[in-house]
Amino acid sequence: MAILVLAEHDNASLKLDTAKVVTAAKAIGTEIHVLVAGHECAAVAAAAQQLDGVTRVLVADAAAYQAHLAENLAKLILELAPGYEHILASASSVGKDTLPRVAALLDVAQISEVLQVLSGDTFVRPIYAGNAMAKVQSLDDKKVLTVRASAFDATANGGNAGLETIDKVIEARTQFVSQSLTVSERPELGNAGIIVSGGRGMGSGENFAMLEALADSLGAAVGASRAAVDAGFVPNDLQVGQTGKIVAPDLYIAVGISGAIQHLAGMKDSKVIVAINKDPEAPIFQIADYGLTADLFEAIPELIAAIKA
Amino acid sequence: MKVLVPIKRVVDANVKVRVKADNSNVDTANLKMALNPFCEIAVEEAVRLKEAGSASEIVVVSIGSKAVQEQLRTAMALGADRAIHIETDEELTPLSIAKLLKAVQEKEQAQLVIFGKQSIDGDNNQTGQMFAALTDMPQATFASEVKLEGDSLLVTREVDGGLQTLKLPLPAVVTTDLRLNEPRYASLPNIMKAKRKPLDVMAVADLGVILKQHVKLLDVTPPAQRTAGVMLASVAELVEKLRNEAKVI
Repeated sequence: MAILVLAEHDNASLKLDTAKVVTAAKAIGTEIHVLVAGHECAAVAAAAQQLDGVTRVLVADAAAYQAHLAENLAKLILELAPGYEHILASASSVGKDTLPRVAALLDVAQISEVLQVLSGDTFVRPIYAGNAMAKVQSLDDKKVLTVRASAFDATANGGNAGLETIDKVIEARTQFVSQSLTVSERPELGNAGIIVSGGRGMGSGENFAMLEALADSLGAAVGASRAAVDAGFVPNDLQVGQTGKIVAPDLYIAVGISGAIQHLAGMKDSKVIVAINKDPEAPIFQIADYGLTADLFEAIPELIAAIKA
Repeated sequence: MKVLVPIKRVVDANVKVRVKADNSNVDTANLKMALNPFCEIAVEEAVRLKEAGSASEIVVVSIGSKAVQEQLRTAMALGADRAIHIETDEELTPLSIAKLLKAVQEKEQAQLVIFGKQSIDGDNNQTGQMFAALTDMPQATFASEVKLEGDSLLVTREVDGGLQTLKLPLPAVVTTDLRLNEPRYASLPNIMKAKRKPLDVMAVADLGVILKQHVKLLDVTPPAQRTAGVMLASVAELVEKLRNEAKVI
């Protein structure tokens, strides 16, 4: 039976997460449908049609779906559920908000943050902040999964899936009031090839300007540890860790981050890890490929100069 | 307004768990246990609502072995008025927990139910949303600010890319994120007082909920270990390694 993937988007463009979840879906089966629920989201649907492996794109375009509210989005997916054995979404804030509601309405379990698909019913997922990997088998007739996008490569473009319109409009009692999204020229944390991350050692929000300069010299995204976010240096959406963003870039540069297990949970699958910290005993050095014991206020300007040289 | 706060006993956040030698699960024997940090934030938020005059009663509920009464007492020391312990020695999945909590809610009729967004053991991040679905309540997950406005709740949520504010009619479900508040420490007099607060114990069977197994745990293994690399002497050496050895810049 077919697989339904919930598209991750902002009504204007499709997020790369969806291409990664489609890769996870391809490991399960071949009949893959993508649901684009939103408002005035035709461009998103067009992008989803091009994903390799996708056989159909379902579009539910209505004002009620504009803000991707779990309450009615879950009911919409429930309407479609009889045609599917697997329902997947990225383990994003929308996916994590919505899919448990879908699973409960279907009276099935949800498997969270799937890292690996072993078969149609058996998956690997992290527990205890990634300190253990659980291999779990679903005993339900339908499998509802959130997928950790950073664990899968994006499927290529080149597909040509058919489009189907879903007319069903379900209203929510929840009202969207406002949102404030961080606008940045830099790549998104989840998709960046290089991430430069700062911790409590940065000392202040102003000092993050230095990290931003380093990030810009590398075309990198900027991240932060929970300590830096809690201290008010940077906004919450930069947080990397067990409860923040989980990332796996080619290069992760941790600056002034001691390396609490909750932070490591969010970045230890990065291909190359660099740690710069003035404390030689900092736990971050135990997982770093390259460590530098240095005062970051001297090392970072020097690093920027060396990269530009 | 009555507030219901479901809480969980977990391995303390500062303890690093190890996988059992037979790979059947993680070894939690003799580890320090604590109230799940997100649940602690949920209790604190309920207490603040009560202190602000918005909440009239705070009921905490936990499902598990007799040991969870320790965390229920902790929650009462922080300011909850009474506790419900649903006793079971089985490890239940979030869906089963949500079903039991629904049965509790049918009796309690709370106007607001505050959950921690996830427990730091299973890292599932499901129970609040599942409970909201089963009780057909609106939800605001990952809350960083909660304000009561008449009969509705204004909740700011931490979402990918920033913050989002939603307005929910009551009754509603909220799940807490890290920055919603900083939980207080329980004072000694309050810890003593908590010992005399009411704690009802009931069995799963008393709630008339039929549970089934949805997921089978096949094995648990340690993650791939990263080994410490090399310590470098200078920035110049670092750039050289990144360019020529790792080839990532």
